[in-house]
Amino acid sequence: MTTGLSSAPRTLRVALMGNPNTGKTTLFNRLTGSRQKIGNYPGVTVEKKFGSWEYGGRTVVLVDLPGTYSLAAASPDERVALDFLTGNLAGEQPPDAVICVVDASNIVRNLFLASQVADLGLPLVIALNMADAADKAGIIIDTALLSRRLGVPVVRTVATKGDGIEALEKAVNHVVDDRSLMACVPWPESVDRAMARLAEGVDEAGVQRLSPGELRRVLFDPRSAVLERAGWPADADPALLLAPARGILAADGIQPASAEALLRYEHLGHLTADAIRFPEKRRRTWTERVDAVLTHRVWGMAVFILMMFLVFQSIYSWAGPFMEAIETGVAWVQELVAPWLEPWPALQSLAVDGVVGGVGGVVIFLPQILILFFFIALLEDTGYMARGAFLMDRIFGWCGLNGKSFVPMLSSYACAIPGILATRTIEDPRARLTTILVAPLMSCSARLPVYTLLIGAFIEPAYGAAAAGLTLFAMHFVGLAVAVPVAWGMNKFILRTHPQPFLLEIPPYRRPRLRDILWRMWERAREFLVRAGTVIVAITVIIWALVYFPRPDSVGARVESELAASGAGVEDISRRIDAAYIEQSYLARAGRAVQPLFEPAGFDWKITVGVLASFPAREVIIATLGTIYGVGTDADEESDDLRSALARDVWTGGRRAGEPVFTVPVALAIMVFFALCLQCGATVAVMAKESNWGWAVFAFCYMTFLAWAGAVLTYQLGTRWLAL
Amino acid sequence: MSPGICPLAAMRVGECGRVQPVQADHPAVPRLLAMGLLPGTEVRMVQIAPLGDPVEIEFRGMRLSLRKADAAAVMVDLAENG
Ligand SMILES: Nc1nc2c(ncn2[C@@H]2O[C@H](COP(=O)(O)OP(=O)(O)OP(=O)(O)O)[C@@H](O)[C@H]2O)c(=O)[nH]1
Ligand SMILES: [Mg+2]
Repeated sequence: MTTGLSSAPRTLRVALMGNPNTGKTTLFNRLTGSRQKIGNYPGVTVEKKFGSWEYGGRTVVLVDLPGTYSLAAASPDERVALDFLTGNLAGEQPPDAVICVVDASNIVRNLFLASQVADLGLPLVIALNMADAADKAGIIIDTALLSRRLGVPVVRTVATKGDGIEALEKAVNHVVDDRSLMACVPWPESVDRAMARLAEGVDEAGVQRLSPGELRRVLFDPRSAVLERAGWPADADPALLLAPARGILAADGIQPASAEALLRYEHLGHLTADAIRFPEKRRRTWTERVDAVLTHRVWGMAVFILMMFLVFQSIYSWAGPFMEAIETGVAWVQELVAPWLEPWPALQSLAVDGVVGGVGGVVIFLPQILILFFFIALLEDTGYMARGAFLMDRIFGWCGLNGKSFVPMLSSYACAIPGILATRTIEDPRARLTTILVAPLMSCSARLPVYTLLIGAFIEPAYGAAAAGLTLFAMHFVGLAVAVPVAWGMNKFILRTHPQPFLLEIPPYRRPRLRDILWRMWERAREFLVRAGTVIVAITVIIWALVYFPRPDSVGARVESELAASGAGVEDISRRIDAAYIEQSYLARAGRAVQPLFEPAGFDWKITVGVLASFPAREVIIATLGTIYGVGTDADEESDDLRSALARDVWTGGRRAGEPVFTVPVALAIMVFFALCLQCGATVAVMAKESNWGWAVFAFCYMTFLAWAGAVLTYQLGTRWLAL
Repeated sequence: MSPGICPLAAMRVGECGRVQPVQADHPAVPRLLAMGLLPGTEVRMVQIAPLGDPVEIEFRGMRLSLRKADAAAVMVDLAENG
């Protein structure tokens, strides 16, 4: 270690900045060995993420920031970026250096942001990322010349392959010591005067002093977050402060709103002119060829719908063999455990029917969730997401949402939590809130087990495999179909949003990388299994206890004496005894008390209990039904699957005595209930964090009501008019 | 041909034009400027969404999807490019 460095700090803080979708996170993962989420559409990263590496005896802490086109900071995720750079976050200093990631195919536009960052007085390294794509497009870049012109190191990188990573580390270390600043825009003298005037105004107003870079942001961005952070009262009009300074610009014939862009682009154009050579003749890229079909006025929509249908059809059909394998495994474990615990019937029931049966029943659905994730990852990584937003924006527009709601909504099909976090890219707070409130209506992957269990048990046997796939496809539209009017109503009556600009960059298609996709599937699998092993086990044990107790001997004795006279077989007797015990269990008593509420939806007490137990996490219904029906059968007997148990169940009393509990309308009503209900504690918590508890409770209430109403409507329509 | 100045939103698929000085008070304008859609920049209409809105334009080698309401803030001169 050289002594020259001893004065420099040993821990450096470096920020990763750049336009959206330029590969910042891919680079971050390479540099720090992390595995943050990447995807081929703008707005993947919405929060700052930290990581670090060691170089030359120093620890470099790297922060991955959300992508942004400028420092105007209109949306929450862009504010995060600006606040970080200006050191306006509580307890944080501005970074020691910034790596600005620049898309090598579009250098000038990307450098616009870099030059704004440079104005804040921060040392800079330029990473010319996606150099491979630029090469392919025939763009020739003289990196050394560019570096000399800009006055800061320029490093060619290909983040996906790891090229240039070491050079980048070295360059960072270098600029921190050197404090290389990027060539400044030669501002006209009137800009300097305007800034001086603004500085006086700031002093008079008594807010915190601003650096020249911050002053320039305030001068050019009418609604800059900088002022607010400096202590300018949110309700005071900054126009009063700005008017004299902006007047100076106007007097010089400079329009304040467009001056910055014009001057910066002109300057950057000059600096880079002879360092970049574009191919003479524009080639028609294959992205354009593909898009000629996929975003076509007629074909685009047709392909979109067909593709979605195929996704759900394949989820349904591909998972079969894997599910059977898991099912066999679960049965094997049950048979293995049962004889061991023979001496303790209660414990045997808890282990076999409760824990293994309940949790096993949920785990069976893992393959389907993985297949869904595979498709979602494929859509995200190829670049189709942005096309989807393009095709669907009009529909969102009708209900006051914006095309930027598309990504959060589609992400919610995997899980509402990342979907709600993704709303941070939406500028307008009210459009963002509306999106947060409707995102949980999108059918998340945790609902998949409920659908497929019921479809497999009742739709497929009655109407065939094609109808099964179609039903699954339709269930994923129920939430969306309801979300559109709900969002419309909220905008119209509660939130009153104004139309917002919708600008979405359409990235080129890229080849997805299997490793990234498999990693995301694995992460989801882990999360699902952890949930099955914690929340679901816990609830299952409680359910088991409530359905197993009380066990007075008198019940068994009574049934036995009644049946012995009728000459029933041994097996029949033991089954009737089990049934009698369940019917008088604590759970049945509670279930029957609440059941009238769900009577119009055709639910019996068992379904009612399943629905209520699923409010913390929706998969619990499977475990609950598994436990109830598991306790209902003898643990030693060949354990048959939940589907046939459901199909066999009949009403034991009331006007429908003897009729099957589960009919097609009942199955559909349950599915609709789950499609519309907010049965996920984690989602409610995230909604509260991203908005506030008031809205989270509101969402919970409106969705619960909608779910109930939807289930009743489905059942009534199904039984009365469709006679299903 | 008469001077072909028309709103960006009114361009037909495949047409090219040059951006005219912009109306600064439209909320989409600061963002478009930051992305480099400046007076003098050449734009091409790539595609119109199936439901008639939004549109997709190309400029500076990037493709951007925007609503007609936002595109209305920008005027283009078609004549300069034929
Ligand atoms: N060809 C090529 N593709 C790359 C390179 N670096 C990243 N990509 C791809 O570009 C896409 C965007 O990568 P991300 O790392 O998510 O980009 P980001 O800048 O973090 O995006 P936001 O978080 O949305 O701002 C992904 O599909 C990457 O696989 C590269 O050097 N070459
Ligand atoms: Mg990112």
